[in-house]
Amino acid sequence: MFEAIFLQFLNGLDKGSAYALIALGLTLVFGTLGVVNFAHGALFMLGAFCAVLFRQLMTMETITIDPTKLSPWGAPLEVRAPLVQAWFGDFGAVLVNYSVPFSIILTIPVMLLVGIAFERGIIKHFYKRPHAEQILVTFGLAIVAQEIIKSIFGPNPIPQPMPEAARGAADIGIWLGMQANVITYPIWRLVYFLFAGVIIGGVFAFLQFTTFGMVVRAGMADRETVGLLGINIDRRFTIMFGLASVVAGLAGVMYTPLLPPNYHMGMDFLVLSFVVVVVGGMGSLPGAVAAGFLLGILQSFASMTQVKAIVPGIDQVIIYLVAVIILLVRPRGLMGRRGVMEA
Amino acid sequence: MTLLKRGLSRRRVLQTGMAGIIGTGVAPLMFTKGAWAQEFCNNPTGDTVTLGLNLPLTGAYAEEGADEQKAYELAIKHLNGEGDGGLLNLLQPSALKGNGILGKKVAFVTSDSQTKADVARAGATRMVERDGAIMITGGSSSGEAVAVQGLCQEMGVIFMAGLTHSNDTTGKDKKRYGFRHFFNAYQSGVALGPVLGQEYGKDRKAYHLTADYTWGWTQEESMKNATEALGWETVAAVRTPLGAGDFSQFLTPVLNSGADVLILNHYGNDMVNSLTQAVQFGMRDREVNGKQFQIVVPLFSELMAKGAGPNIKGIFGTSNWHWNLQDAGTQAFTKSFGAAYGAPPSQAAHTCYVQTLLYADACERAGTFYPPEVIKALEGHEFDGMGNGPTLYRAADHQCMKNVLVVRGTENPTSEYDVLEVVQEVSRDAVDYDPAIFGGDLGPAEPAPIC
Repeated sequence: MFEAIFLQFLNGLDKGSAYALIALGLTLVFGTLGVVNFAHGALFMLGAFCAVLFRQLMTMETITIDPTKLSPWGAPLEVRAPLVQAWFGDFGAVLVNYSVPFSIILTIPVMLLVGIAFERGIIKHFYKRPHAEQILVTFGLAIVAQEIIKSIFGPNPIPQPMPEAARGAADIGIWLGMQANVITYPIWRLVYFLFAGVIIGGVFAFLQFTTFGMVVRAGMADRETVGLLGINIDRRFTIMFGLASVVAGLAGVMYTPLLPPNYHMGMDFLVLSFVVVVVGGMGSLPGAVAAGFLLGILQSFASMTQVKAIVPGIDQVIIYLVAVIILLVRPRGLMGRRGVMEA
Repeated sequence: MTLLKRGLSRRRVLQTGMAGIIGTGVAPLMFTKGAWAQEFCNNPTGDTVTLGLNLPLTGAYAEEGADEQKAYELAIKHLNGEGDGGLLNLLQPSALKGNGILGKKVAFVTSDSQTKADVARAGATRMVERDGAIMITGGSSSGEAVAVQGLCQEMGVIFMAGLTHSNDTTGKDKKRYGFRHFFNAYQSGVALGPVLGQEYGKDRKAYHLTADYTWGWTQEESMKNATEALGWETVAAVRTPLGAGDFSQFLTPVLNSGADVLILNHYGNDMVNSLTQAVQFGMRDREVNGKQFQIVVPLFSELMAKGAGPNIKGIFGTSNWHWNLQDAGTQAFTKSFGAAYGAPPSQAAHTCYVQTLLYADACERAGTFYPPEVIKALEGHEFDGMGNGPTLYRAADHQCMKNVLVVRGTENPTSEYDVLEVVQEVSRDAVDYDPAIFGGDLGPAEPAPIC
């Protein structure tokens, strides 16, 4: 029983990592710009497709026709040779094998630019509009992004292989002094959890220990006063939108080996992430992270056979059930600030 | 005046009356035999006939939908006398002439069903009511098939199902206007059971993960029956939502359940995801109860196998058809499809292609598009040459009875398409069953509903 509970705990951390990363970006945008960004799931999806694009570039092939051999349907056989390996030799093979982590190099500038373009192009015009209008326009933006990706990459999921070294499962039981094969867990899911920890830690450190971060935090607390000090807080907030986009994009990139990317994957995560933000408390970064992990773990435990035997279908509703209870008991969420989203 | 002078004799009255009755009643019936006076849905009056293709181009089974579309377009080309003719020349017996259907050029309209039953039903309604489709075909899930089949029965339009594997399609939900070429879950269980017993022994504990809709339920039931008959114990059977994506929360309980076999009653992208994630959890490297842990995928397709990559190696399942069979029909279809699209066809493509030809052939043999007559032409029809051996469209439930393939993921593939190998071709007699076991009622063909 301990093994089953421990495995579900790990599963919860893994799910929670994705929820926390997306919710963190959502909260950054809400906390700085005051915008309820329904396009945030699309940013997660765009990040995942950066990984797809990178791999497609790395696996480009030259096609030559070998007239001496025939395909199963009787046509001359097409012989394909990988281009990157031809150019870079063994390093080319490494690039292909590690295409997912390497695609981070492409993702960071792309997502930064996408975020800044979203903010400067559209979202800044809706700062002083009601939240309902912000939701409508960002939701529309998400659909446009989805359709663009669908038209380029097609409607079907595109599997992204993880590096050879991260395939299979790690024997965690041995680490804990148990027998072999008692507790095993996929290596890549552990990598994802660690990666999420690094990103979350990095964002907090950036906000806590840099001058830029200090100004942003001051702006989040009192935008007008910071502006009166002669600081261009708008520019910093634009960069924060870009940073939130990068966080969402990186969450998407590293998730691709776990779930083949498709154009609507962002929507699947968006609703849950909003619940996470609301439970954590609107505008609270630690709240978003804590709620992400909490709800991930709860969802995982709810899917245990023993739990479902008592309450069938509980795994599908647990997150919403907990959200209702928390909001009834603590209307501002776990760590919500007074006055945020309150009339 | 003559008549008045002579008076009306009894013979004269009878003669006149009979002539009148014959002239006004019987004779027209003789001349219009087979015409049915436009009294059916979307009777084609111009020089084209329109087929409605209901395709899952997005959603969990989108890969199959894309391949189905290619197959339909190829079949329609061949029916219209274009291309290399494909299987037109190999269908036995055949009334097809390569000039469309009953001399009318075949056209088509499409609708994306999104692998959802309600969307499929709405799409079929639109294609019948707005586009004038005479027949609806397609689909990759039994949820869609059952929903659209019921609609077609109400509208008086024949439904030639695409890929649907639930026992219910030709069982409790069978309809007079619906026809299935694809095999079913029961037949998968009957075909696969003995092979699993032979390979993995009689003392096994199985854990089922099952797609939570009609196909998954009947697939699970059929596999339970087949494996429990071998002596296997079913540890648990857990339902998973269609299109779940991340199956980790369903897979972790398997690890500590004591099961040594995982049976994935999943299809399409769900199967690709669940199998890939099961391998990531190290299931294929485990030993449980002193035995090597095994994974079984009862319904396989080439597209899924390609999507799952090396994870599929050595895994057993069943298939309706496979492109590397050596009969003339399979070779001709693979050649024709490969030349057109640069890849061999999937079983979904094959079944859709064959269904289109069979409908056209039935219309030709019936001499009309009138659905009740076309239904009669299909019911009990025995044919060959389509790549599945001699096949019967069983009249009692509209299920095609033919051989079933037991397949396994290729251990040492020679090309990117060499993903499955046929282990055994289980004969039609071995997978035969009494149609009454699944209940259902076909319902009437006439009076044909007017849409």
